[in-house]
Amino acid sequence: MNILSLFGKRSQSASVAKNRLQILLAHERAGNSADAALISSLREDILAVVAKRIDIDPDAVRLEMDRDGDVTTLGIDIELPPSAARAS
Amino acid sequence: MSNATVVVVTSGKGGVGKTTTSAAIASALAKEGYQVCAIDFDVGLRNLDLIMGAERRVVFDLVNVVRGEATIKQALVRDKKLNNLFLLPASQTRDKDALTEEGVASVISELRHYFDWIVCDSPAGIERGATLAMRHADEAIIVSNPEVSSVRDCDRIIGLLDAKTQVAEQGGRMPKHLLITRYDSARAKTGDMLATDDVVDILSVPLIGVIPESKDVLKASNVGLPVTLADEGSPAARAYMEATRRLLGENIPVTIPEEKKGLFGKIFKGRAA
Repeated sequence: MNILSLFGKRSQSASVAKNRLQILLAHERAGNSADAALISSLREDILAVVAKRIDIDPDAVRLEMDRDGDVTTLGIDIELPPSAARAS
Repeated sequence: MSNATVVVVTSGKGGVGKTTTSAAIASALAKEGYQVCAIDFDVGLRNLDLIMGAERRVVFDLVNVVRGEATIKQALVRDKKLNNLFLLPASQTRDKDALTEEGVASVISELRHYFDWIVCDSPAGIERGATLAMRHADEAIIVSNPEVSSVRDCDRIIGLLDAKTQVAEQGGRMPKHLLITRYDSARAKTGDMLATDDVVDILSVPLIGVIPESKDVLKASNVGLPVTLADEGSPAARAYMEATRRLLGENIPVTIPEEKKGLFGKIFKGRAA
């Protein structure tokens, strides 16, 4: 509840909903199975590169995707073991 | 041995508020500081990701995990606001037969090691998806609207909880909690709607909460926030917080929160109440 609501400003949640659905459905109609396959292969590749230098737990590599309209970002999160961080 | 509790949110009938409830209670538990995972069992028609606002970040899903195509840790999506709240999404592209009994059993048993609470959002119906969602539960939240067809379907689900779950097969009795959603006190008072006592009488399941019909539920789903995170002061959010405290074992009386009226509301709406 903010001060603007006192003056009868319309809530914007419906337009947020429309925007979210448009992004989601555009993605789903295009078929989203490619994402999982892509992430899986990327993960393997990245893991192989990192493993050349550091002994890491495969579970400690997290890939995260964020889709926003035309732009998709990929986040890579690698948890280094304490000894590896010091050695490098 | 872990101390995790697996709770299934189920109803039989569709559209009564299972997903809203799963998101609201999972978030409320996380706000209390517990490690929480919400699992969407509605394979083919997932929506918990949308209600929790995680739809853009889903990569892997429950079916990928069951088939060994991804690990659980890879598939879990962390909540934007609460870093102790996770979602295990359902698959959108496959059908419910993609889930196997052994696969689900191993997913749940692994999750028990990482989390305090595992909230299983059941699909509607009484088929495979619904029975797999309840199969490994320690407790059940039965969601009903104060409406005849919803109450009847809950009765059917109670029968399944007492027959088709592991707890039941081992001779135990599944602890059940009744959550009444979309309740309108005014209409119940005038006799146009089943009252909470009527529903409790018919189903003989103890009441864990009553969620009043509230505009805030739709607003929260529009923006992709569980109602307990979107607007903590709203009647629905307060009712869900109360239900969560009862789930955690607190012995507090069930109240039906109402809209807090502001000064203008008191002047202009006071007469209508």
